[in-house]
Amino acid sequence: MGLKTSEKPLLERLKDSEKDVFMQKAVAKAQDAQWEKREGARDELGNWEQWRELGEQIRQHTIAYLPDYLEQFSDNVAKQGGKVFFAQTAQEAQDYVKRLIIEKQIKKVVKSKSMVTTEVDIDPMLLDLEGVNVMETDLAEFILQMDDWDEPSHIVFPSIHKNREQIRQVFEKKLGYKGDNEPVNLARCAREVMRKFFLEADMGITGCNFAVADSGIINLDTNEGNADLTISVPKTQVVLMGMERIVPTMKEAEVLDNLLARSAVGQTLTTYVTFAGKKAEDESDGPEDFHVVILDNGRSNALGTAFQSVLQCIRCGSCLNVCPVYRHIGGHGYGSIYPGPIGAVLSPVLGGYKQFGELPYASSLCGACTETCPVKIPLHELLIEHRRVMTNELGMQHGFDDFQMKVIGKGTSTPWMFKSAMTFAHAGSAPLSKKKNISVENMYDYGGYIDKGPGMVKGWTDVRDLPRPPKGSENFRSWYKNRQKAGDK
Amino acid sequence: MKVSIFSTCVVDLMFPDVGKAMVEVLERCGCETEFPDKQVCCGQPTYNSGYVDESIPAIRNQIDAFEGAEVVVGSAGSCVAMLREYPEIMKDDPIYYPKAVELANKTYEFSQFLYRVLGLKNVGASLDAKATYHRSCHMTRLLDEREAPFVMLDHVKGLEMVPLPHIENCCGFGGTFSVKMPEISEQMVTEKMNDVVDTGAEILISADMGCLMNIGGKLNREGKKIKIMHIAEVLNNQVDLARMDTPKINVKG
Repeated sequence: MGLKTSEKPLLERLKDSEKDVFMQKAVAKAQDAQWEKREGARDELGNWEQWRELGEQIRQHTIAYLPDYLEQFSDNVAKQGGKVFFAQTAQEAQDYVKRLIIEKQIKKVVKSKSMVTTEVDIDPMLLDLEGVNVMETDLAEFILQMDDWDEPSHIVFPSIHKNREQIRQVFEKKLGYKGDNEPVNLARCAREVMRKFFLEADMGITGCNFAVADSGIINLDTNEGNADLTISVPKTQVVLMGMERIVPTMKEAEVLDNLLARSAVGQTLTTYVTFAGKKAEDESDGPEDFHVVILDNGRSNALGTAFQSVLQCIRCGSCLNVCPVYRHIGGHGYGSIYPGPIGAVLSPVLGGYKQFGELPYASSLCGACTETCPVKIPLHELLIEHRRVMTNELGMQHGFDDFQMKVIGKGTSTPWMFKSAMTFAHAGSAPLSKKKNISVENMYDYGGYIDKGPGMVKGWTDVRDLPRPPKGSENFRSWYKNRQKAGDK
Repeated sequence: MKVSIFSTCVVDLMFPDVGKAMVEVLERCGCETEFPDKQVCCGQPTYNSGYVDESIPAIRNQIDAFEGAEVVVGSAGSCVAMLREYPEIMKDDPIYYPKAVELANKTYEFSQFLYRVLGLKNVGASLDAKATYHRSCHMTRLLDEREAPFVMLDHVKGLEMVPLPHIENCCGFGGTFSVKMPEISEQMVTEKMNDVVDTGAEILISADMGCLMNIGGKLNREGKKIKIMHIAEVLNNQVDLARMDTPKINVKG
């Protein structure tokens, strides 16, 4: 699966999404419910804007000094007897984990939810290893695994596109589940399967919400308790993290945990807020063997560019939860493991324009993402920046070609051209205009409307009607000028 | 006070009544108006499509058109928000940057100007109908104007405002997005249309003709009976001068 989740072109994926009425309803319902929960949890903090600014400052500072903090973190992990591996690519990260498994003759791997492990394709690698069994222990990821490794469609709620009946059917087929589709019963069934596996697991793989530089420990914010089992039962633990996922001290982690829980799930804190590392001598549980894989995989492409702020992201997913495009096309529509507005900005940075160049155009630039982002990433502006790089710098065209856009550029900047367009628009639109069937009042008063337009207008009229422009003598400019002449002021 | 009218290219080309209403309301409030003939478009169609280089002439043309204006009042939240972005876009242009700052500082959206600059809530309008308001994304989030149109509409006599569900969601217009990504835009505008219809409103009001052209176009395509009005048309409807607030500043001065 990796970063790219689908080989289908965007338009085909959009058609699939459009047909998936259940997914659309589920996402819309989740978005609406999250809206209230999230805003409520944020309001409790008092001045949310100040908190956002603090979050932005912490993230900007950390990214500006990223090499120093990574080194500090790495040194502190080593001091405790843990190992840090810097993986340049997904392949290097995969290989490191693979070597570890072979070396230690690992048989059972438990995983807690982690986007980075999906990004680097850890699961297919594990499945290919003979004698190794793997289990996703986040309930939603477990459901996806049981459903033949279906793709996650949200970075916080991976199985948001499935309803309880679909899940019941998966459990019945794969686990012999006989019960009803009540979530509590489905969860109980999953828990029984998982618990047994947990107790036999010899490796735990987790992601990482934040890595604390000055103490060499990692911070996990979860709600199900599975991550805590993943880091306490198996003797070997591997943490996979993006290289930007670091905080200087616990103090900053506290601020970001607050922003994260409230933004991601509308809770004041997640049920489990864990800080842990290698098992210390006086501790009873925890990994004796502790590895942290720190992944670049394209992230450093953003450093020193207009896209640097995308590394501020704390993966709360709130931009997905407010996005009207995500609302309709769902996570799978994006074809990237990172969907939604953050995905449309991040995916091209990580995977390039050839693979993900269409995503920055899949936005109406409504700015809901920028408004909600708890660390103030100017997401919609970065979408425009991606478009600018593609068109102005790389000559990649989208929708309209360069010639058409240059005509628009001229027409919108040259008064005489615009005025002559206004003069001829009415006559020019005559053959296309229909007068009948007007149901909307005060919109089509100058000779009806156009329901089938050519060229650049086609995209518009495929969906909705276009008013016919008034005659040159009846437009606003003419009215204003005539009125001035008549002295009617 | 002399107000330079920033009609926006959509109003200029398609909706003369909106421009007329804006001029009549402003003059009724005591403002003098002028229409700088050189103005065309704020530059969003090219800029937002990533053709930033191609948008610069449009931006320069707008800056030139309104140079020397006392105050600029625009008919669309989105286009006004774009004018407010000019300083950031032109920051490396030594000649146009200071002019861009000046223009950004004197430009207002129509309802914002009435409410925040003139200090008006009631301009004497009345409209006997049940209506709902579509909040445009750029006016709300980029211009950060969340109050003015609601206050102004609250003071229209006889007007019953019903809240629009999912008011926070984009209607799917997004400028060139509506034409280049019709597959997504259609789903967005369909949900918006259904929300509008569900309110039972007889009139859909907004401060952005781009959004109204989109939602109105979908409503017409589906044969839904409704009336579309720009907020200027509402505030210019059946005006009773006796009910009008007096501007808080000396407009004649």
